[in-house]
Amino acid sequence: MNAARPVLAIVGASYAGAQLAASARDLGFEGRILMIGEEPHPPYQRPPLSKGLLTGKTGAEQLSLKSAEFYAQNSIEMQLGTRARAIDVAARRLTLANGEAIDYDWLALATGARCRKAGLPGEDLQGVFHLRTLDDALQLAAATAQARRACVIGGGFIGLEVASALRSRQLEVTVIEAQPRLLARSFPPDMSVFIEAAQRRRGCDFRLGRAVRALHGAQGRIAAVELDDGERIECDLVVFGIGVLPNAELAQAAGLAVDNGVLTDAHGRSSVPGILAIGDVANMALHPVPGGPARARLESIQAANDGARAAAAVIAGGEPAAPTVPWFWSDQADLKFQMTGLPMAGDQTVLRGEMESERFSLFYLRDGALVASHSVNKPAEHMQSRKLIAARARPRPEQLRDPSFDLKGALSAS
Amino acid sequence: MPTIHYILKDGSTKSVEAKAGTSVMENAIRGNVRGIDAECGGCCSCATCHVYVADAFIGLLPPPDEMEGDLLEGVAAERRPGSRLSCQLQITAELDGLTVQIPETQV
Repeated sequence: MNAARPVLAIVGASYAGAQLAASARDLGFEGRILMIGEEPHPPYQRPPLSKGLLTGKTGAEQLSLKSAEFYAQNSIEMQLGTRARAIDVAARRLTLANGEAIDYDWLALATGARCRKAGLPGEDLQGVFHLRTLDDALQLAAATAQARRACVIGGGFIGLEVASALRSRQLEVTVIEAQPRLLARSFPPDMSVFIEAAQRRRGCDFRLGRAVRALHGAQGRIAAVELDDGERIECDLVVFGIGVLPNAELAQAAGLAVDNGVLTDAHGRSSVPGILAIGDVANMALHPVPGGPARARLESIQAANDGARAAAAVIAGGEPAAPTVPWFWSDQADLKFQMTGLPMAGDQTVLRGEMESERFSLFYLRDGALVASHSVNKPAEHMQSRKLIAARARPRPEQLRDPSFDLKGALSAS
Repeated sequence: MPTIHYILKDGSTKSVEAKAGTSVMENAIRGNVRGIDAECGGCCSCATCHVYVADAFIGLLPPPDEMEGDLLEGVAAERRPGSRLSCQLQITAELDGLTVQIPETQV
């Protein structure tokens, strides 16, 4: 122990890492804080990478998560462009790829996730992209300016956001999804149908229930995507959005309990004392909701920030952070999706508004309690849902269904 | 360049010079103004960049669009007549001296 001045080492310099550093200082942690980042950039906003950065609405210079002054004022040291190599748990020592060793009192793993690769022939052709980092996005944006016809492989949120952005740049876009419907993991069938119809209205084409067999090139550049039914789609740009894998190898090698990410309690504590995990790499225990999942590896900014705040309270010895309700969003063209709570198969669904109007909310009730909602272009209903879910409110289905019923009323009645 | 004055929670003022066309939220981040969380990065999704615009400036700003008005329903602190989401407030030369107060809480 560095009794005089404890050391907090944070591996990972994105949302979770930056929020942990900020919250630890807020809560009075006076030790040394060192953030180690693999990318060369200080923490930056990632959502625009699949949206504004591709459409040209947002510039790379607008993406800083915090100012340089913030890190200086809070004595948050950053070592960028550096990978962490190994953790010696017994010695509380972190070794970096450059051979440097850091003796820590607290170690936070905020190593995030990386794009899953499809393992297909032709995946390394020019014009084929996986999107995760700012550098990925800048290269994709540059390629988009030269491209006319794109295939997006994967009909999840990232795939659909990229497809929308490419459409707005006047590219022809075909989205290829192996499942028979879009967003099958996140949405019930009627929502999948809605999104497909809404995206088709905006000019996207789809191949659902189709796997990709190979990517074909000419002179080293992508030329066509071949599907498992033999169809060939000519294209000069391919973007994969087929999910991510947690960067948990460092933790696993050190002997931490790992299962789809680093296993932690609701405050980010791993199986090894003194080591926490937060953000996309953390498979965190959830504050219990009856009938809900016991833990989840949530890939969202809210989960990164709230997980970091909880971990900061562990490190700085503050009040444990209050339970939070998961939420995230997806902007696709002029469609604003906002999702909160964790719905489960078997929840009762109640629709408020008309799907055809592209302004509605779908509510999920479990044993009479509101547990989740999915809103499209209805931010007020989303915000109210978060409050209702946190309060374990029990609105009646006929109230939720009735657009003239003020949702705030359900809060006081519960 | 127009200047924005941010009145912080402790009552002190932080002034930031802002380029025209940038948002009040962006300048808060760039200028290291505490108390504007901006979790969604300015895409009008989260209502954590809430500010109270000083009375003299309320009328100089275009009114909130439907989406912003909707989200203002959900701000964590009290909603007042000057409540706006700072990511939606674009700086123009006429807004030199714009004064906004940071609310008690954003989450």
